[in-house]
Amino acid sequence: MNSIELIFPEIFISLSIMFLLILGVFKKDSSKIIHNISLLVLLITSVITFNETLSVKPTILFNESIVIDYLSSFMKIITLLAAFVVLLISSNYLRTFKIFKIEYPILILSSVLGMMIMISSNDLIVFYMGLELQSLALYVLATFNRDQLKSSEAGLKYFVLSALSSGLLLYGCSLIYGFTGSTNFNVISTQFDTNEYALTFGIVFILVGLAFKISAVPFHMWAPDVYEGSPTSVTLFFTMVPKIAALTVFIRFLYVPFLNLIDQWQMILVFLSIASMLFGAIAAIGQKNLKRLIAYSSISHIGYALAGLATGSNDGIQSSVIYMTIYIIMNLGFFSCLLMMRRNNIYYEQIDDLSGLSKNHPLLSISLLIILFSLAGIPPLAGFFAKFYIFKSVIEQSMYFLAIVGLLSTVVAAFYYLRIIKIMYFDQEKDSYDKDHSLWLKLSLTVSTLLILMYFIFPSELIDAVSKINII
Amino acid sequence: MNFPILSSLILLPSIGAIFLFFTRSKSENKITIKYVALFTSLVNFFLSIYLWFLFDQTTSAFQFVEDRVWIEGLINYKVGIDGISILFIILTTFITPLCIISVNNSITKRLNEFLIAILVMETFMIGVFCSLDLVVFYLFFEAGLIPMFLIIGIWGGARRVYSAFKFFLFTLLGSVLMLVAVISIYWITGTTDVVKLYELGIDTKYQNLLWLAFFSSFAVKTPMWPVHTWLPDAHVEAPTAGSVLLAAILLKMAGYGFIRFSLGLFPTASEVFTPLIYTLSIIAIIFTSLIALMQEDMKKLIAYSSVAHMGFVTLGIFTIQQQGLEGSIIQMISHGLVSAALFLCVGVVYDRMHSRLIATYGGIVTIIPKYAILFMVFTLAALGLPGTSGFVGEFLILMAAFKDNFLVAVLASLGVIIGAAYMLWLYKRVIFGKLINSELKKMIDLNKSEAFTLTCLAIPTLYFGFYPEPLINTIEVSINDLIDTYNFSLASK
Repeated sequence: MNSIELIFPEIFISLSIMFLLILGVFKKDSSKIIHNISLLVLLITSVITFNETLSVKPTILFNESIVIDYLSSFMKIITLLAAFVVLLISSNYLRTFKIFKIEYPILILSSVLGMMIMISSNDLIVFYMGLELQSLALYVLATFNRDQLKSSEAGLKYFVLSALSSGLLLYGCSLIYGFTGSTNFNVISTQFDTNEYALTFGIVFILVGLAFKISAVPFHMWAPDVYEGSPTSVTLFFTMVPKIAALTVFIRFLYVPFLNLIDQWQMILVFLSIASMLFGAIAAIGQKNLKRLIAYSSISHIGYALAGLATGSNDGIQSSVIYMTIYIIMNLGFFSCLLMMRRNNIYYEQIDDLSGLSKNHPLLSISLLIILFSLAGIPPLAGFFAKFYIFKSVIEQSMYFLAIVGLLSTVVAAFYYLRIIKIMYFDQEKDSYDKDHSLWLKLSLTVSTLLILMYFIFPSELIDAVSKINII
Repeated sequence: MNFPILSSLILLPSIGAIFLFFTRSKSENKITIKYVALFTSLVNFFLSIYLWFLFDQTTSAFQFVEDRVWIEGLINYKVGIDGISILFIILTTFITPLCIISVNNSITKRLNEFLIAILVMETFMIGVFCSLDLVVFYLFFEAGLIPMFLIIGIWGGARRVYSAFKFFLFTLLGSVLMLVAVISIYWITGTTDVVKLYELGIDTKYQNLLWLAFFSSFAVKTPMWPVHTWLPDAHVEAPTAGSVLLAAILLKMAGYGFIRFSLGLFPTASEVFTPLIYTLSIIAIIFTSLIALMQEDMKKLIAYSSVAHMGFVTLGIFTIQQQGLEGSIIQMISHGLVSAALFLCVGVVYDRMHSRLIATYGGIVTIIPKYAILFMVFTLAALGLPGTSGFVGEFLILMAAFKDNFLVAVLASLGVIIGAAYMLWLYKRVIFGKLINSELKKMIDLNKSEAFTLTCLAIPTLYFGFYPEPLINTIEVSINDLIDTYNFSLASK
């Protein structure tokens, strides 16, 4: 019975979801309370998970289907904290659109639960279960502003395409099960026959399904539409949280059972990475909507994270994790700015709406400036270090082509980040935006900006935290 | 030695900038803001003079070294100076206060933010010249793009957006390859510490590619032909203070990088690629001098002359002789002073007439005589008249070039003649001739702050022209040692 304790965070979240649902049914106008309780639940769960990292050794539970190790705890904490911040800063936005309902925090909680299961999964079935749990919650979240056509369209699009990719993924799982006789990662690793091509097909199908979830090129088509259509706070959630979970599964799936087949999947990953970096950078140039732009930018960022995974080394995994962590902080900052662009209860999201922002809102624009330069990977900001670690691990494996393409695409990407800065700083100003933002929104912007700006003073902390991740 | 003097030099301007950040930018505060910035940069200047005073000229080892663990087991924050870098640091701390003084008339909006940008820029520039670790160097080298991009973009002229983008993207494109090289060096040797790398040396088989990667970055920054096209645009659109910083210091980063990294780390490759550098330098000297001859815009003319002068610098560096390298460094210092002064001179008339076209002016010698005199000093210094610092540098470079390759030296000397032609012609058309434009009569001569900045620049220009001994003494030992190491590693190959 000892093992139950280890999945206490998951149990706690599921019980809370049920409790909150019941509360929502029996108590009228309870959205605010439920919102606050959900925040508390996320916070408590992350504290529990953090305690686990301190005391627990890597363990495999329940017929080896769940794994609790440093990687899973680290990723869970990031997921929980990111979801916490999303929930924290989205309340004003939701109230404006009159969608401040009890379902929103509950859906976020259930998708977080799904992601936690994904992160811990050591078995294809468990992994698929977690994936579907989080996806179903996300479909509903995408359509959450249901009175708006775009939001419904986003949800529907996401649902149809995601279902297709889930189908591919399941087919891949069945192939792997057919040729190894097991769905368990550890068992698969001892059972497979390297010469079996059908197995490679299985890997490819699963990779396609996963690439879809993290919106890597060429499975990215849904991302811009969904990101644009969904409510901004949900877009923020989309750009960060599901990707952490999917990336963790990427790591586990490739490095635990199939490390010996690295020759087969490395090529695929290198291709996904290069295509995402380049396409994300080039396609973003023509965008006019900030949310679409950030969709493409997130595609290109996921390309860098994949470059780290493609190396097949522990360093590579660690650098990817660092990259995602820093990326999430930058994204939080960016969306905090986006959520501040409000005038008379209308939120603005075109790039032109930023015009001359620096005149009326000097502090907001300097924060956005720092965040954008960091996204572009200019030193001495955090984004540079993120890229630096990635390319260090890539070059250590002598993958020069990947490194050079990646760095050249940062130059292309710099162009569209500079364009936003140009519009903010060099163009004529428009009317000023409201200044009565919630304390939490201001706080999240300030904290993320300071973290990005000051990262170079304490770079070792994050590396130390990540260096305990040991998969191979 | 316990006092971290170099880190203080690097950090002081930033602290000033943070202070300014929290000051309200109101019109009545303008004077205060300027004095705060000026005070910060002056403290920095005196600190650097004190540094020169403490500096031991008899050794080529790095002095005032600070070595701190930065990223555990990966990068150390290491700074230190030798004879080569100290002069650039003093140049930086000397030019920055002059820039701040010159801001008086030209910048009308967002003065506060402009001064912040300049001070932050100073931090990064000093950092470049101090750093003894490749990653730290890269960090400062690249970070300088941010303030410069904003300086050009916010306070620039009509086509500022285009110029700012061109500047940023050109430089970034060059630099990313250097980043690949830096990481590769770490992978090959296990360290990015420059001092250790000097001792270890880098395997010959990697040197050529690494050299090219560094070259791509430095060539854009120098700028060498054919990647010089961003410079005229950036100069023309940048505000006066921005042009001054760009010409006086930013371009020197690349020359410094060539000496410190290309020669120091990759001697074999430098030997291989010397003909390439010679060719590009000669093209830069002659071709851009000819282009300068045809310019109608004063700032553009000076910008092209900068490219030509930097051509001399790269030529001198890759002669790899005592005289050539000394000449290059003196040429860079001299160009830092002279081009800064020339851009300030253009700024002076631009503030009054709002035109940079040569055709607008003519015959103003009687109206603004003080200006005419100072402008003449710098014109003559730019064309390398004996008795100005420009002469010392060019003379030493040409002497070294003659020893190495007769043809190259002859072609470079040809560039000197064209250089004299365009500078004198510029001076003639602006200052002498008939006074046709009647609006010029309303022009006022130099005010106190303008006269002060230009005189400040004229004094060292003339002083080092007559007596370059202090400069040469400072750099001599370090250069000597650099060349010895260079020849030693070539011989041992």
